Amino acid sequence: MAVVSRDGDTGAAAGASRPAAATRSFEPARMLANVGRLDWLAKMWWACLSVGLFAGLWELCWALGWADPQLLPPPHIFLSNFGEQGKFFNTATRWQVGNAMGEGPSALESVMITVGATTMRVFVGLVLATVLAIGIGVAIRYWHLFDKLVLPTVTLLSPVSPIAWLPVAIFLFGIGNAPAIFMVVVALFFHMVLATINQIDGVSPNLINVARTMGASKAQIYGRVIVPAILPGMLAVLRLNLFGAWMVVLVAESTGVGYGMGQVIMLARNTFNPSLVFFTIAVIGVLGFAFDWLLRLAQRRILYWLPDTKEKLRGL
Amino acid sequence: MAFDAPTFSSRDAVVCRGVGKTWAAGTKRAHEALREIDLDIKPGEFVVFLGPSGCGKSTLLYLIAGLEDSTEGQTWSFGELVETPSPERSLIFQETSLFPWLTVWQNVSFGLAIRGASQAERRAVAAEALQRVGLSAAMDKRPDELSGGMRQRVAVARALAMRPKVLLMDEPFAALDVQTRARMQDFLLDVWRDSGASVLFVTHHIDEAVALADRVVVFTARPGRIKTICPIDLPRPRNLFSREAEAIRIQLTELLRDEVDRAFAEQEALATAT
Ligand SMILES: Nc1ncnc2c1ncn2[C@@H]1O[C@H](COP(=O)(O)OP(=O)(O)O)[C@@H](O)[C@H]1O
Ligand SMILES: [Mg+2]
Repeated sequence: MAVVSRDGDTGAAAGASRPAAATRSFEPARMLANVGRLDWLAKMWWACLSVGLFAGLWELCWALGWADPQLLPPPHIFLSNFGEQGKFFNTATRWQVGNAMGEGPSALESVMITVGATTMRVFVGLVLATVLAIGIGVAIRYWHLFDKLVLPTVTLLSPVSPIAWLPVAIFLFGIGNAPAIFMVVVALFFHMVLATINQIDGVSPNLINVARTMGASKAQIYGRVIVPAILPGMLAVLRLNLFGAWMVVLVAESTGVGYGMGQVIMLARNTFNPSLVFFTIAVIGVLGFAFDWLLRLAQRRILYWLPDTKEKLRGL
Repeated sequence: MAFDAPTFSSRDAVVCRGVGKTWAAGTKRAHEALREIDLDIKPGEFVVFLGPSGCGKSTLLYLIAGLEDSTEGQTWSFGELVETPSPERSLIFQETSLFPWLTVWQNVSFGLAIRGASQAERRAVAAEALQRVGLSAAMDKRPDELSGGMRQRVAVARALAMRPKVLLMDEPFAALDVQTRARMQDFLLDVWRDSGASVLFVTHHIDEAVALADRVVVFTARPGRIKTICPIDLPRPRNLFSREAEAIRIQLTELLRDEVDRAFAEQEALATAT
């Protein structure tokens, strides 16, 4: 009706291009799913091989008598007495009056409580830091005066090591969850503000111009164009900062937060227990890996529209 | 720059008087992109801007769209001074400018969402606009699932959904292959006839100009000025292989050659100077 003289013509064109487009979008999707599954298996295989190789070398050193099991106990030692090691994890109740070493929660429960506490601190810290950083970053670009007033301070504070903030965390929040979360937030926040600004400056001017010609206000341009456009980049930034968060939370926990993985490490140090150190390191490694995997999954789910450059790079 | 009091019909779609643009004016990097552009475009007219690359064609479209401010002269659209962007003047870019996080229909109805229209109304308008570009089946697809030509048609649908009086198109088909481009030209002529809007279409392809234009505005090399305006009186649908079409092609090629040579020489001089 709209297309007057060439109706049949364009109709045929649309008809011809529709199935073509359907197969074009469908087949790669299915192929990718297959490739994805194979890819995943292959990845797991390589991960296991990599870790196995490392553990094997260690065991070999032990078998040859190069590694003193008192100082560098190999995996089969520090992983074998899980029941023993696990008990140490319940630093929360271990010091309570009347609780002997053998009482209280089981080993598995202890590990779960401690891991849960530390994970929660990392997670809350990450969420707070991300929300705050995107909020402040957007505000810096939105209000010129805010930019002038805030950006220099943010830039000044961003190279400060999180360790320097540790006393501040304790002065402000004493012990408990708050100082550990504060440490995670402070370690990530400043970098993420700068990253947000960087992302905003990289948004395609065409997208902004389209919104402007359609009569979008400044607030609408920020809310409907700039924020969605920077999300992919911000998720990548978040992934990069994830490991930083895991490092900082241990530092915070090791200085009197009460309980958590950091406390376990400190306990192991004070009681000269290398097995416990390596056991904790193994747990942290697995957790960090799992977090990264979850974020990557989220990245792929939420940001379905991004091209997969990595595949191209691998072919080079 | 002084110019006489503007005399023009207030019913003209676009009127430029003494328009000039110097980028980064007043700084060391200042350079003049456009100079003394006088132009009258009638409602419903199809005008093609032809010129060597870098001569300021895109700049002129941005000025007419109201996305940039001119440093000289003024522009009117239907009697109103152009100061800000307006939905009445839609701009379509060479690269895809669809929002990748929205579906096709959400992209098309983006302008209505901004005005707070209901979802039902937005879907209805999007459906109608997509039907006009022959893409009804792609309503719920994502932009990355479409081919380049389909994406540009969605961009056209998005512009049409705003019921524009002027369609500004900046080399919209430049990234497409030759066959797709020919198809898209036919499609654009249908849309244009149907919508009654004026179209200002930038290209550096002479064939495209001959296929589409009522008038071809030929620009000089930078700073861009209007060299000539060639009317093309061939009846539509056009036979692009007729002798008349061939004659116009030759004429436009001649007009453009000097300017391309000049632009080239200038670029070479710049390259050797630095
Ligand atoms: N946003 C901008 N800032 C500064 N200079 C610009 C900008 N856009 C274009 N220019 C310059 O203006 C001149 C004309 O550019 P443009 O209008 O894009 O030419 P065309 O579209 O004819 O190829 C070029 O020299 C270009 O470098
Ligand atoms: Mg251009």
